Amino acid sequence: MTTAQLDWREPDNGDAVLAVRGACTMQHLPDLLTRIEALRRVPSMLDLSDLDALDSAGALVLLRLLDRPQHYRNATVRIAHARPEHQALIELVAERAGADPLPVQARSSWHNWMVQFGEATSGIAAHAWELAGFFGTVNHCFWSILTGRRKLRMTSVVHHMERTGLDAVPIVSLLCFLVGAVVAFLSATALRDFGASILTVEIVSVSFLREFGVLLSAILVAGRSGSAFTAEIGSMRSREEIDAIQALALDPIELLVIPRLVALLIMLPVLAFIAMLSGIIGGVLVGAMALDISPTMFLVRMQDTTELYYLWLGLLKAPVFAFLIACIGCLEGLKVSGSAESVGRHTTSSVVQSIFLVIVFDALFAVLYMKLDL
Amino acid sequence: MNVTVDATVISVRGLSNRFGAQVVHEGLDLDVRRGEVLAVIGGSGAGKSVLLRSIIGLQEPAAGTVHVFGTDLRSAESSVRASIERRWGVMFQDGALFSSLTVLENIKVPMIEQHKLPVDLMDELARLKIALVGLPADAAYKLPSQLSGGMRKRAGIARALALDPEILFLDEPTSGLDPLGAAGFDELIVTLKRSLDLTVFLVTHDLDSIFTCCDRVAVLVDRHVVAVDTPARISEHPHPWIQACFLGPRGRSAERALTLRTQEA
Repeated sequence: MTTAQLDWREPDNGDAVLAVRGACTMQHLPDLLTRIEALRRVPSMLDLSDLDALDSAGALVLLRLLDRPQHYRNATVRIAHARPEHQALIELVAERAGADPLPVQARSSWHNWMVQFGEATSGIAAHAWELAGFFGTVNHCFWSILTGRRKLRMTSVVHHMERTGLDAVPIVSLLCFLVGAVVAFLSATALRDFGASILTVEIVSVSFLREFGVLLSAILVAGRSGSAFTAEIGSMRSREEIDAIQALALDPIELLVIPRLVALLIMLPVLAFIAMLSGIIGGVLVGAMALDISPTMFLVRMQDTTELYYLWLGLLKAPVFAFLIACIGCLEGLKVSGSAESVGRHTTSSVVQSIFLVIVFDALFAVLYMKLDL
Repeated sequence: MNVTVDATVISVRGLSNRFGAQVVHEGLDLDVRRGEVLAVIGGSGAGKSVLLRSIIGLQEPAAGTVHVFGTDLRSAESSVRASIERRWGVMFQDGALFSSLTVLENIKVPMIEQHKLPVDLMDELARLKIALVGLPADAAYKLPSQLSGGMRKRAGIARALALDPEILFLDEPTSGLDPLGAAGFDELIVTLKRSLDLTVFLVTHDLDSIFTCCDRVAVLVDRHVVAVDTPARISEHPHPWIQACFLGPRGRSAERALTLRTQEA
C-alpha cells in the first residue's frame, strides 16, 4: 500500500477538486502532511474514488484540509466518491471531532511565579499546622494507651522493632565505624602540627557521644524506616485498606501509627548507642594503626577526659528524633491519595522532612545544652 | 488488505498455561474471525484474563501456539512483532491509565511514540477519541484519579483506540459499572465495532453484554473452550456449566431481554 498521493482535477465548473489516492492512514500521515503543506490553494472538493485505506487520523486530516473544526459537519458534503465505509468513518469523525479545546488561562510568567510562591508559602504553613495536629492526635492516643483505655499491639511493636532496629544494626554500625575512622584521621592530621595528636581521642569520643552517634543513626533510620512507613501506609491508603480499618470501627492511629512509634522510641536509642560504640571503635582502630595511640592509651585517655553524662546528653535526643521520624513517616503515608505517583511523592517528602527536622532539632539541642553549660 | 469477512485474525491452538502446580489451560483451541465481537465467558478464576494475556504476549504459555494475523508472535522477530502489536489495542480491567498523565496525554502517548505528527493534529485526534468513547470534553484535562471507574474504563478504550487498531481487546469492560453504565458500554462496543471496522475480543462474565453486543461466545470451563457459538444457540449446549449459567435466573432474564429487544426491532 502506498502513501496517499494528491492530484488536482479541473472540472468544467471551475471547482478546485483534489483527488486523494493510496492509503490515508496514521502511518503515512507525515508524508501526506508535507504534501498538503506544499499545496498552493485550498481545495473546494475532495475526490476519494481511488482511496485504498482510511483511518480516523486520515479522515481528520482530510476534514482539516477542507474547513475549520466548527464546520466539519458541513464539509462532509464536499467529499465525493468515497467508498461507503470511508464515508461512514468521515461522517463519524466530523460529528465527534471539532470540540472546542478548553481555553487555557494565559497568565504572565511573573504572575505565575508569584502565585506559585504564595501557594508554596501557605502550603508550608498549612503543613506545619497539620503536623502539629498529628503530633497531638498521636499523643492523645498514646495517653489513652498509657491509661489503659486502648490496647498496645505488642505483636506489631515487636515486628517493627525487628525491622527498624535489629535489621538496621549492620548498616548503622558499619557506617558509624567508617565515620569514626574518618573523624580520627581528619583531626589527627590537623592536630599533628601542634604535637597534639592525642586530642584525637577527645574529639572522636565527645563528638560521637554527644552528636554523631545519635544524628547518624537518626538520619539512617529516617531514610530506611521513615520511608518504609510512608510507603506501607501509603499503599494501604491507596488500596482503601485504611478506610476499611475505619469502617471496621478500628483506629488507624492505634493500629498502624502507635506500634511503629513505640518500636522506634525503643530502638533508636539502642541504635544510637551501637552507633556511638562503633564510631569510637573506628577511632581506636585508626589510632592504633596510624597514630601510635594504643587502644589502652585511648581508653585511659577517654576515661580521664570524657564525662559520662555526654552519653546521656546524646541518648536523650534519640526518643525525640524517633518521635519526629515515626510521626512524619506515618502522617505522609496517611496523606497519600489514590495513585501510585502519590505514594512516591509522599515517600520522598517524608524522608526530606524527617532528615530536615532531625537536623533542626539537633541544632536546637546544641543551643539548649550550650545555654545550660552542659 | 484482506477483506474476506470470515478470515481468522486470531488463532489459538493447543494452548497450555500453568502457574506452578496449578493448571489454568490445557489444550485450548480458539479462533477469532475478522469483524466479529467474540466474548469469552467462564467462572472466576477460569483463566479468561490469562487467555487474553497469552494472546497479546504478556504471558508465556507452557505449550501451544498463538497466531495473530497469521503470525506466530513468539517466534516472530521483534520488528514484525512490534508492527503487529501496533495493530491491536488493549483495555485493561481498570483502564491502566498512566496515573501521572492527563487523559489527553494518556491517549497521545502511543501517537507520540509511534508516529511523528504535529502537536495540534495529535491534540485534535486525541479529543476525537475522547468524543468517540462518549467522555465529556472536559475529561481530557483530568488525571485518572479524578475520574470515576466507568470513565476510567472509557478513557482506557480511548487510549486503546489511539492508533486505530484492527483488534480491540477488552478485559471485563462492564465489571464494576451500574446497569445503565454497563448498557451504555455495550452500546459503545457495538458502535465502535461498526464504525471503526473492529474485531473485538471481550473477556466478560456479564450475561447482558453477551446478549446485547456479541456475535459469538466462547465458554471457558475445565481449562479449555468447551463451546463456541452465537449467544442464542449456546444456551442449548448440554454442558452442565453452560446450562447452569444460561438457564439460571440471570441467564433467563438476560435472554428474555434480548427476545423483547428483537421483537421491538
